[in-house]
Formats: sequence, C-alpha cells, structure tokens
Amino acid sequence: MENFAYHTPASVADAAKLLDAHEDAKLMSGGMTLLPTLKQRLAAPSDLIDLAKIPDIKGVCRDGDELVIGAMTTHAEVHENALVRELIPGLASLAGQIGDPAVRHRGTIGGSCANADPAADYPAGTLGHGATFVTNKRKIAADDFFLGLFETALEPGEIIVGVRFPIPVWSHYQKLRHPASGYAVVGVLVAQTKSGVHVAVTGAGPSAFRATAMEEALTKDFSVKAIEGIKIDAADLNNDIHASSDYRAHVVTVLAKRAVAAR
Amino acid sequence: MGQFGIGQPVRRKEDVRLLTGKGQYTDDVNFDGQTWAAFVRSPQAHAKILSIDTSAAKAAPGVVGVFTGSDMKADGVGTLITDVEFKDLAGKDMFRPKRDFMTIDRVRFVGEIVAVVLADTQAQAKAAAELVMVDYDGLPAVGSTAFAASPDSPVIWEEHGSNVGIHWENRPEAEIDVHMAKAKTRVTIDIVNNRVVPNPMEPRCAVAKWENGELTMYAPTQGGRRIQQGIAKIVMNLPADKVRIISPDVGGGFGIRGKLYPELGVVAWATRKINRPVKWRGDRSETFVSDYHGRDQINHAELGLDANGRVVALKVRTIVNCGAYFAENGPRLPINGGGRIIPGVYDIENFYFSVRPVLSNTVPTDTYRGAGRPEANFLMERLMDAAADATGLARDEIRRRNVIKPEQFPYRTQMGMLIDSGDFIGNMDMAMKAADWAGFEARRAESAKRGKLRGIGLSNFVEPSGGRPTEEMRIAVSPEGKATVYAGTHSHGQGHETVWAQLLESFLGIPFENVTLVQGDTKIMPKEAAGTFGSRSSWMGGVGLQRSAKRIVEKGTKIAANLMQAEPEKVSFDAGVFRAGTSSVTLAEVAKASYEPKNLPEGMEPGLDESYFLKRDPEEFNYPNGTHVIEVEVDPDLGKIEMLNYIAVDDCGKVLNPFIVHGQVYGGVAQGIGQAMTEMTVYDDEGQLVTGSFMDYGMPRAEHLSMIDALFNEVPCKTNDLGVKGAGEAGACGAPGAFVSAVCDALKDFGIRHIDMPMTPDRVWATIQKAKAGKAA
Amino acid sequence: MLINVNMTINGKAVSGQVEARTLLVEFIRDHQRLTGTHVGCDTTQCGCCTVHVDGKAVKSCTMLAVQATGKSIITIEGLAQPDGTLHPVQEAFREHHGLQCGFCTPGMVMVGVDICRRHPNADEHTVRQELEGNICRCTGYQGIVEAIMDASAKMAGGKA
Repeated sequence: MENFAYHTPASVADAAKLLDAHEDAKLMSGGMTLLPTLKQRLAAPSDLIDLAKIPDIKGVCRDGDELVIGAMTTHAEVHENALVRELIPGLASLAGQIGDPAVRHRGTIGGSCANADPAADYPAGTLGHGATFVTNKRKIAADDFFLGLFETALEPGEIIVGVRFPIPVWSHYQKLRHPASGYAVVGVLVAQTKSGVHVAVTGAGPSAFRATAMEEALTKDFSVKAIEGIKIDAADLNNDIHASSDYRAHVVTVLAKRAVAAR
Repeated sequence: MGQFGIGQPVRRKEDVRLLTGKGQYTDDVNFDGQTWAAFVRSPQAHAKILSIDTSAAKAAPGVVGVFTGSDMKADGVGTLITDVEFKDLAGKDMFRPKRDFMTIDRVRFVGEIVAVVLADTQAQAKAAAELVMVDYDGLPAVGSTAFAASPDSPVIWEEHGSNVGIHWENRPEAEIDVHMAKAKTRVTIDIVNNRVVPNPMEPRCAVAKWENGELTMYAPTQGGRRIQQGIAKIVMNLPADKVRIISPDVGGGFGIRGKLYPELGVVAWATRKINRPVKWRGDRSETFVSDYHGRDQINHAELGLDANGRVVALKVRTIVNCGAYFAENGPRLPINGGGRIIPGVYDIENFYFSVRPVLSNTVPTDTYRGAGRPEANFLMERLMDAAADATGLARDEIRRRNVIKPEQFPYRTQMGMLIDSGDFIGNMDMAMKAADWAGFEARRAESAKRGKLRGIGLSNFVEPSGGRPTEEMRIAVSPEGKATVYAGTHSHGQGHETVWAQLLESFLGIPFENVTLVQGDTKIMPKEAAGTFGSRSSWMGGVGLQRSAKRIVEKGTKIAANLMQAEPEKVSFDAGVFRAGTSSVTLAEVAKASYEPKNLPEGMEPGLDESYFLKRDPEEFNYPNGTHVIEVEVDPDLGKIEMLNYIAVDDCGKVLNPFIVHGQVYGGVAQGIGQAMTEMTVYDDEGQLVTGSFMDYGMPRAEHLSMIDALFNEVPCKTNDLGVKGAGEAGACGAPGAFVSAVCDALKDFGIRHIDMPMTPDRVWATIQKAKAGKAA
Repeated sequence: MLINVNMTINGKAVSGQVEARTLLVEFIRDHQRLTGTHVGCDTTQCGCCTVHVDGKAVKSCTMLAVQATGKSIITIEGLAQPDGTLHPVQEAFREHHGLQCGFCTPGMVMVGVDICRRHPNADEHTVRQELEGNICRCTGYQGIVEAIMDASAKMAGGKA
C-alpha cells in the first residue's frame, strides 16, 4: 500500500478537525475493511485517523430502555458482553457470526456501519432493531442511514460515536454464510420491537433493507405461515457467480421463516 | 518390531520445529544486499504487445533494473516447452507451443509475465512495476473449455490454426462400436470436471544470488534436481553443478510446486544480470495466476452393458483445458496418467477414449494431486451410477458385478497396465459395513422428519502411482553409529523425517532418534534424485533406502567379519548387531571401525556410506485403491450440503506409519470435497479470472468437513519388496465420486441424476427448482 | 517519515522505526526476524499470520505496527516455556498429527490457544466454527480439530 500520515487523536473533536484539515484522510476503527482495501491498492488516503485512543466511544451500557454501544466496541466485545446477552441476545449472536474470531477481536460496530458493505451483518442488525446512530453532529435513525451500495447518510467530517438499540421483546438473526468470504450471501434479522415487527435483510441487495410486506404480515400474525407466501422481488437484488438474484430472493423468505420459527 | 519401527504410528520428528516457529520457508531467507523483484503481469487475457516502455519505471526511486523477455532473449535464454509428445492415429504430432520466460509479442492469459522490475525494496519494486507502460492491442479471448474446442473460437496460437493440440485416440473408435452395438443397455453422460486452483498455503517465492560463478536459489519445490538442470541448460547456459536449488521447508506442493516456472527462470537470470541477490515474494493473488491450475475437463462418455449388468463397452471423449500453454505434463494427464485408468477397478475389455487437449486464455493446468487419475475415477463412478439407474440394479450391486475379481490378479488392463493386486470387493464390503450402508434408509427417514434430504454415496477408485521411474537414496553412518539419510525424495508435509527414520530403525537397528534427514539441496542430494510427487516416495524412497541399507549391511558384514576374525559367510545381521558364533559387534562399532583403514579388508574404502540408484520399469506402477463412502444431508430450501460422515477404506499396501498415512487420506479427501462442493474457478468472457482470491475462491474450511474414518485394507504390493502402494492422492480420487453420488441420492426424488461440481448451494437449489418445474410441466 | 514503535513481543521489550504503512506481520517478520508467523494470503482470510495482541488472537497482516505500540504481542515463538516445554495446544497438535507442511500451523496454534481460552471443553462443532478464519490445505483439519478439542479439555482440567 501507499504510505500515509498516521494520527491518533485523543478525542472525537480532534478526529473531526483532522478530517477537516486533510481532504484525503480516512478514519480507521478496527481496520478490518480499510486495511485490506489499502493493501489491494483500491484506495490511497493521505492520512489515516485512528480512533483507537479515544476513550469514551467504547463499551456497552444501558440507558433506560436502550442499550448504548460505543462505536469502537469490537464484535467480540458485543458478542461476549453480559448486558447484550441478557437484553438483546439476537444482537450478541449476530456479532458472533461476523467474520472469524480474529477479525471479531478488531472489527468494530462503528467501522462496519460507516462502511456499509452490502454483505455485512450489522446493517441488518441495526436496521432490524430500529437502532439510532449517534454521531458527533446528530442522531440518525437506521432507517435513514443506509442509502445504497457502500453509501450512508454520514456527511463529510461526521463520525459515529455510538449506536443506540431499543431493547426489543425478542430478536433473532439467520445468516447464509458465503463459503469463501464469510460475508452474508443473505442475512435476515427479525425483531419484535415495541413499534412492531422488523425484518431487516442484508447481503441480498445493494444495501440493507426492510422487508415491509413481511413486517406487516408478522405484526398481524407472528407465525411462519404468515410469511410463507411472501416473495421478495428478485429484480433489484444482487446477482453474481456465487448466488443469483432468484436464489437470494428465495433465501430471504427461507431465513425469515427460520428466524420466526426460532421464537 | 519396536515402537519406532515400520507400521508404527510414530509421532513426527519435524513437528517440534514447525510448532515452535523454527521452520525455515523460502520467504524466511534473505541475502545481504538483496534487491526485490516485482513482476509486471498482463491484465488482458489475449493481446498483441505493441510496445513496452520501461523508461518511467527505470527512473523510479530505488530501481536497479527493468527487464523484458527481449532482454532475456538477447542474452540467449531459451524457451520452455512441454515434456510430452503424442501422435494421433494418423501419425500426426501434437502441437507443442514454446513459452518464453517473459512473453515478448503476445499475452495469452491474465497474469502472464511481461516484464520484471528490480529495486532496493519490495515497495519500490511494486510501485515501479505500475509505471511500466505496455501498449496492448486486445484480441478476442476464450476462457471456456467447450468454446475453446469449437471451430468458432478465437484461436490463440495462430501458427497451429486451432486451439486443439491433438485429437488423440487410443484406437479406432469403430473397433469398440462393434461391441457397443451388442449392448442391451446403453447409458450416456456429459459431465464436467471443474478447474481448481491448488493453492498450497505458502505463496510462491524465490531468493537467488550469483556468487563465484554459481547460482544459488531458494524456492519451494518438490525436489529441485530437474529445476536445477532446466535452469542451468535453458536459462543460464551453465553446467548443472553451477546451479544450486535449495528447498528448505516447503508449505505444501500437491504436485504443482516441482515445476520450472517462468518466475524461477527470471529470478535466476536477473541475479546474474545485475550481479546482486534477487528476492521475489509472490502474494496470494499472484499465486492464483501463476501456479498451475488443476483438472478442467469435459467428458462425454457412453457405457454399454449386457443383460446381467456387465459392461461390454466403454467410450469416452475428453476435452481438457490446458490453458495458454501446454505445461510440463499438461496433455499427459488425460491421455496417459489418467486416461488409461478410466476403467478403474472394473473388468472392462473394450475401451475407446479420445482426448482433445485445448489451449485457451487461462492459466496452464498441470499435475494437481492425482494428476488425471481423480478425473478418470470420477468419470467411471458417475457412469456406474448412471448404469445403476438404467438397469435398476443397486449402485453397489452393479459395481460388484463388474469389479476385477481376486482370481484375476495380476490383471492386465486393456491399456496394458498390470495391476498387481487388490481386493476390490473386500474394500466395498469393509466400507459399506463401517458406514452401516444397510441401515441407511432409517437414517434417511429421520432426516426427512427434520426437513432434510439425506443421501449416501460410494466411490471405488484405483490409481497408478509411482511417478518417475528412478530415484536415488543414500545412507551415511557416522563413527558414532548415527545415520544421515540423503534423500532424493522431498518431504513437504508427508513426514519423511519421521518415516525414513522408522525405516532405518527397522532395517539397520539404528535408533529412531539417531537418524537425520537431509533433503532439498541439489548440491547435497544424491545425483539421481527425482523428488516427491505421484505418491511415489514410500516406494521409490522406501525401497531405495531398503537397498542402500542392504549395501550398508553387506559392507558392514565384511568389516565385522574382519573385526571378529570370522568368515564373512558366517556373519549374520539383525537389529543392529553382527554375529558370528558367540562373537558379536554392533553396527555402531563397525561404523567406528570403518573409518580406520587398519580395520578394513584389503582394498576397501573407509566409511559406511552407501547409495542406491533405484530403477523400475517405467510402465510398472503400484496401484493404491479403495472404496469411499460418504453420507450427506441436503437442506433443500438453501441447497446447502452438510457432510455427516465419511468412511475411507484404502489399500495403500503395507502401511509404514498409519498416523501419517491417515493424514494423507484426510488431506486428499478434503481436496476432493473442496473440488466437489466449494471450489469454483470462474473465467469471464474476457478471460478475467473472477475468482482470483480467497474472497471468491472457496477453499474448504473446517466447518465444511466432518471427521473422516480412515480404514486400511492392506494388500501388500507384489512389485516392490516393501509391499507399499502410494497414499498421497487416494483421497482426491475417492472423494468427488462419493460426494456427488451421495448428493444425487439425497435428491433422487426430484429425478436429479447429476449435478456438475462444484455443488454450491446456488447451483443445487437451481437444479432442484428446474427439476420441480420439469415435473410440474 | 518514520514512526517509533514500542511494544513487547514474547515478553521482551522491542522498539523500531517504521513507516506508518508497515504491517504488524512485516514488523514481526522483517524487522524482528521472527519468521514463525507467516503470510499466506492478501485478503485476511487464511489466518497464517495469527498472533496474540494483549491476549487475543489477531490477524497480524491486517494491523499496522503503529497500532501495536504499547501492546503485548505473543507469537508462535513465545508460546512454549523457556525450557522448551510445549504449550498444551502445541503438544496436542503433535499428538494428533495436526500439521503436515507446517505453514498454516503457527496461525492454527495461536487461534487454537484463543479458542481454548474462550471455550473450555470445546466440542467438535464449536471448534470447526471457530476455525472459520484459518485455512489448511494439507490436513483436512481432522488432526487440528482433534488437537484443539483435546487441549481445550486438558486446559479446563478435564480428562486426558
């Protein structure tokens, strides 16, 4: 990879200033996506701003009826955290299915969501739980966050500091793992939230989306039968050598049913 | 036999070193003042090279030199060409394209080397490589095997006018048509044996220096003698003893590392050219486009059977995609190595096969674990399953009716191969019993309750092993009575450090811990060293050691006789001790004495150091064989296949170390399952390798496999004194057929008879949908 | 421009001057000449480069040396006792033929230790899942899985 200037700001404000000062700078959290990208020479930032030394954007705590997860919390930490396991076990399970154990020791929720890989797991995890992204500038609902292929609502200079998860009644994540990359060919998170059932899908389309027809059906009748006949339109789904869009459309329904059946 | 002798599950000597990070692989080697090489590789699959502008690269920081194929040619460097020659039935020779180490006028596959940059650091070399400006004039490319064989395809070697190197046939087809016409039942299948990328875990690399008129190069190989000779003759124009190839620890070979790759030639030439050491550290993406690939055949086959389900005729037509060039072995695999054994364990007299090796804009293919034999075995087993369907006979029954029976050994095949021994019925019995084949239907029903489709499959195989017909092994006994084995074979995971020590303890009574292995250095290895490939080492290396040991004993007997003042004829040797009457003297004492001329008979050379150059009939192989049974569960909604269990019954002849041979079976099976289930190699219409990294290429992981129960049906080989048969490639031969058979068994209610490998979830599901639609129609 | 890095590797304080882009695995292999840790791929998949950073398994090819400053790194060379006594995971690999060519082995052992830390008495299914980030081409994983199961039982104080 190309060389770059390396910064370890001590606060989010300092990180934002650095982003402002260097046009071609990139933020780094775990580096599990960024470093491979740099190694393959697909990007060559002038500056890397490492968020690892910022103290108050890690960890899990409860705030009323929400769980707040700091942006720099690793997947392993979310997976093993007692609060997450107690209150949102579906999320703990999802985090434990990301990548592999070594990757989970470094990759973070903030980094994963800011990158918005169409096959990452957290997009379904945040969308499915009706989470809210807290940045250094504002709050963004998950529904408004994932805009397209690797595209989020984050503005230049905006940094995720944490993610707030309303504690659901129940949630469950089903993933069909890509045999080579470990990413989600399709991943479906079903959650019974206080505002109804959410069905969030990753891997199938250019970005994570909610399967609204399924949500309506399940809110009326939370059963496998209720979504049996609901077909996802394959037209907008990803199509590649590993999985056709028809296959993905089909798998969304299969995994959604399996998630519901796990209740 | 002691606990370290032949047949014992001795734990490996090499493990402590490798487990504590003390292995030495080629990338661990560095020379002072070394430059780094970065290759400029073609991004296009098929193009004319109009010009190569190296000026910007030459001016880049740290760059020591930038060279192209023209520079090498100007220095008199020769070309590579396939080792093999074939004639068709009309006597016409196979086309044999020449290969420059760095291509000059034309690129023929993505990844082909166009230039090399040498710089002070690897980063500088890579950066400068991006500044080499190549003006390509793109040509239509062909990556598909079927299309490459068709007359409409772009032709990638114009001088030949066709992509088809030869239309080789074993005999006139009409001779077999006569028999096929008499068949009561005829089955036809069209199947693919998919291309795989071998991917040993060590990416390829090389480090070389030119010093005092000699080239020394470290590189991962499978025994460097032929590479030494090739580099000396073709690249350096030197006598072979001025070239030294050293392969220290090697991170996997699987048949494709013992090759004279262009990168090795370029690194060798460059180090002399710039008179500085050169190091090339390839990365995985580079390995994907520079290591030879494996398999890639399309087979059209027809089996004719009589009223009793006995095969009366077999016809096979194979197209094999050899890539942009014929590699060292290339067409040999389907024509010779594999093709001849297509009838496998079955008694088939009337056999026609034709092979069309085609050239295409893809990486060349060569000997990957099994080298043509897995393809042959797979084909025959799919035919047997098809025949079972057509005749209504059970899959095992139709095989039982056709296997070569015990009383038929030694069995001369229609292609002239002499199978010395085997217990094919016994293999099947053992495997089916261990797999509880009889109780399967109950398990199928239980899986169905959980919404899963369970299937069981079996595969027989036999595969001629032995590789090259010569080898040399040397044993040197020190004055302390310890031994060093100088091997012509090369261990790159097979545990020779352990097994050769076991052999010496058995043959000479030298304690296991006192035997050291020296291998992998062309300066030190025996002159006629050949290497390890083709599952040959237990035979060629083992018997070579046995005969060297015999020479040690012969010489030792004479010295012992001298020491004991006895007649040599009265001296016997056993378990490390020479005895004559009541006198005895140990091998260690004899070894010590051998270094002092006063102890020796008149005219005898001092020392106890003997080699043996083993030659065998090139047509005499040994025949590892077996039956593998696998049980799988298919999730019909996802198309996902789960491996439940695996029984491997292998006849590897006499087993030298069951622990290690089991490991070879497990590893071979994993590669076979990988080919059958997860390993998809995709070239698009422009000849781009779409699956060029581990992100897209599905290497089997632990989660894809179950435990494998490896059993032995030991039928000693009759054609070597040790009774050994090869073991390394058996798993790759047995697994694919069993796997596909099991999955089709699971899906039989859909009427699915075959799915081409790899059976990815997407492909399995799509096949099920198509079958359902077909039924509904 | 070079940056100072300081860390401990296998209990020993080390320092160096590196470019920001220097990977931790490059620092370990090329600067510290600890060549037991290997590079097997370029897409963070194969796990041959696995080391421990502050007690956790990490793929050192996907971490910068500068990120490791102030941290404690253990490589394969630091796993056995100074007197040569093998770590239970190393011993188990030897006992169960968990290695053939040895190239993936350091990474397998380091992740194996991490698996045992998090899963006492790990069963086969768990071990196979936990190895999703490590590729072996030689062994078919059989010996590796058996070794980690065995070590995990022994380290949990279980039966031999």
